Amino acid sequence: MKDFSNLLENLLCQPARNGKLALLVDYLNRTPDPDRGYSLAALCGDLVLDEVKPGLLRALIEERADPILFRLSYDFVGDLSETIALMWEPGEAAEPPGLAQIVESMRAMSKAEARRRLPGWLDTLDGTGRWALLKLVTGALRVGVSTGLAKQALSQWSGVAQTEIEEVWHGFAPPYLPLFAWLSGAAARPSACDALCFHSPMLAHPIDDADFERLEPGDFKAEWKWDGIRVQLKGRSGAGARLFSRSGDDISAAFPELVASSGEGLDLLPLPASGERAGVRGGGVSPDVVRKASGVHGHPLVFAGGLDGELVALEPGKTGLEAVASFSTLQQRLNRKTISAAMLARIPVAIIAYDLLFAADASGENWTDVRPLPFLERRRLLEQAVAKADDPRLLLSPLLSFEHWDALAAQRAVSAEHPSVEGVMLKRKASPYIAGRPKGEWFKWKRDAHLLDCVVMYAQRGHGKRASLYSDYTFGLWSGDALLPVGKAYFGFTDAELAQLDRFVRQNTVQKFGPVREVVHASDNGLVLEIAFEGVQVSPRHKSGYAMRFPRINRIRRDKRPAEADQLEALAKLAR
Amino acid sequence: MRPQDLAVLRPEGLFCPPGDFLIDPLRPAARAVITHGHSDHARPGHDEVICTEATAAIMQARLGERAAGRFSTLRYGEKVRIGEVDVTLVPAGHVLGSAQVLLEWRGLRIVFSGDYKRDADPTCAPFEPVRCHVFITEATFGLPVFRRPPPGDELEKLRLSMARAPERWHVVGAYALGKAQRLVAEIRAAGDDRAIAMHGAAIKICELYQNFGAKLGALEPASAESTKSSAPGLVICPPSALQDRWSQKFGDAVRGMASGWMQIKGRARQRNVELPLILSDHADWPALQQTILDTGAEEIWITHGQEDALMRWCDLRGLFARPLNLHGYEGEEAE
Ligand SMILES: [Zn+2]
Ligand SMILES: [Zn+2]
Repeated sequence: MKDFSNLLENLLCQPARNGKLALLVDYLNRTPDPDRGYSLAALCGDLVLDEVKPGLLRALIEERADPILFRLSYDFVGDLSETIALMWEPGEAAEPPGLAQIVESMRAMSKAEARRRLPGWLDTLDGTGRWALLKLVTGALRVGVSTGLAKQALSQWSGVAQTEIEEVWHGFAPPYLPLFAWLSGAAARPSACDALCFHSPMLAHPIDDADFERLEPGDFKAEWKWDGIRVQLKGRSGAGARLFSRSGDDISAAFPELVASSGEGLDLLPLPASGERAGVRGGGVSPDVVRKASGVHGHPLVFAGGLDGELVALEPGKTGLEAVASFSTLQQRLNRKTISAAMLARIPVAIIAYDLLFAADASGENWTDVRPLPFLERRRLLEQAVAKADDPRLLLSPLLSFEHWDALAAQRAVSAEHPSVEGVMLKRKASPYIAGRPKGEWFKWKRDAHLLDCVVMYAQRGHGKRASLYSDYTFGLWSGDALLPVGKAYFGFTDAELAQLDRFVRQNTVQKFGPVREVVHASDNGLVLEIAFEGVQVSPRHKSGYAMRFPRINRIRRDKRPAEADQLEALAKLAR
Repeated sequence: MRPQDLAVLRPEGLFCPPGDFLIDPLRPAARAVITHGHSDHARPGHDEVICTEATAAIMQARLGERAAGRFSTLRYGEKVRIGEVDVTLVPAGHVLGSAQVLLEWRGLRIVFSGDYKRDADPTCAPFEPVRCHVFITEATFGLPVFRRPPPGDELEKLRLSMARAPERWHVVGAYALGKAQRLVAEIRAAGDDRAIAMHGAAIKICELYQNFGAKLGALEPASAESTKSSAPGLVICPPSALQDRWSQKFGDAVRGMASGWMQIKGRARQRNVELPLILSDHADWPALQQTILDTGAEEIWITHGQEDALMRWCDLRGLFARPLNLHGYEGEEAE
């Protein structure tokens, strides 16, 4: 654990990519299996140990430390794990746990067990070790290592080309023993397509104004950018099917109607072992539920090959792209422990297919890797595959026709009306499918954010550097003559604006609740903020029933009185 | 007879009425007792300054003519009567010459700690706890998160980094009075006698330390020539010079910083420090607690720093504590 925590700390302080690379290569040189595999997985987010939530950490420290001393410390440090790691009074000297021991026991442990074990581990580790452990178990290891950098380090360490490593990387779960056996020369290259495994997806760059002048409209195809979750579906006759999230988590179990029924007939798949660790959970689904789910359509979804698409929710009883529901509807299907038959019927899902990675032959058993083909060619094969499946749960992403960028911009503006379209995607007709984010091939042109004028209701102090300023604001919209909170924002302003806002809060406080101040918000007295946000979610936790997604302060509207702020109805409309 | 009859807060600093002097005053005074040479405590323009010999030398080196009208120097432990008060300077372990001030008057004992630390430091006399009724303490690192690793661990980090990247200069920010000399002395004590390049701002103080017996070994001015003529090694400079153009002459250097604030990762990142060294001349949280208990004081007054948490701790221990809110003192590296 000591080596791993030192590595983390060094990575955190190392700003240069090359410096990070050197640290990783040095670490790989010194570290045996399985620690090197677990470390790499943890660093690039392939290891999901998320049983430990911030609430549990707070409870642990409050058992041991005075809550006021904890709060003062947290306000100063600004990071929960770091505060606890620093405050923790070391226990008696004992052998600290190794990285593999921690990872393997965390995977096998329930929440209650994790809670019992953590203090003992913290007692034996040093400060850096405690910090690394808490970051690891809360899944918050942000030290600037991407999967790309990890693969580059593996390549530099082993001398094997990075493209070769990318081919097989996702065939294995941490600690990637077969991968390391191959890279260290102890075994032959493992095969990429043997398993229904995940392949890193191709990603798009955001487009900016200058790009439009450089790019030739005739070289591109456009599609809607759907607001669902990116998925990869793999199916093979006789071997069943698997569904992966964009980061490679196996989410098959959460969507039994899509994968349990693909491949041959209605045979049920055993839950893949790695489904346990998937970010999207789908524990106890009974065979009965799955049968019913498939029965909704009367026949199973049969798909052979590998495709890339967007998972979306549909409105029950409707079909086609018109039935696609908002992201907040889909959200009710995510992160569930169990999926009931009622839920499957109430929120049916579908995949909008937009690319093909592997094309199956007529038998469905043999695949061709079509990723090197140009996009238009893959698209033709995709259309065939979707037509062959002939299933309402597998839709085809329509291509948008346009002759010049302005025409596309007009279509994009209209798309703002659609709750599940986020903008448009541009794909170069000749682009091969390349893992990662290759330059100049795919672009995303996101819809402009929504804007609403809201009234500040409460303010709270920030953390760290901002601990002395009121920098977190809760704001509301009018519902009749009451203001109801719809979100909270803590960025989007300049330092000068922050100082203005802070002054406003201090001079207009009507009540204090611990760290929170209620500020004046009457129809003729108060402060209006123009809030930009990406979407809206139905939220039973909010009295208004809605919560904005990614709100930020766009402008301070000193020119408006609170009475002129927007109505809740304007937000509710966007949720439909 | 109440404590406030012996020591009372005035806008210009802590005043001792029966002795008619101020301690570390913020404005020029007729008579001042100075705990140590840092500029927030040792200000220029007093008529008479009472301090240790080393502190007098430091003040003269930094302030020149303006340092004071005259100096009356005291040895550690030497008791003098000023007005009706017995004054003794006791080692504070903070920097060379640093002292706590013990005031005794009609059986009442108050100790003003100035800045202090409990870690061993090869460049100055170790802190000595003094039993007293009222202990006036600093609280620069007065939060439970400041529990420092042993200084040896931090020096080892520096040694490892220099061994791992011998082709890069290591430019380490360290406060010019105290921290820079301590860092060098610790490196010498560990047996490393390679030349160390020193920023101009700290050279005079290094020589002064050597005159007082500190073993700092071979030091070179960190000039443009030295970067060309010699192989990359260690450079020590004031923290502010790390951000300057000055440090660019060392090319793609490993930037380090020796400071107690480096314990907070966000602070290290904010300052673009690749090699944070957690090394401080102020008491950390356990040392503050230990010292308060060692003095046996019933009343704790807190001069500057993170007083809220230390007040809370005193509360929990049933000790009476109050903040003095002395705003002129800046804590480590005046952030
Ligand atoms: Zn000082
Ligand atoms: Zn000070």
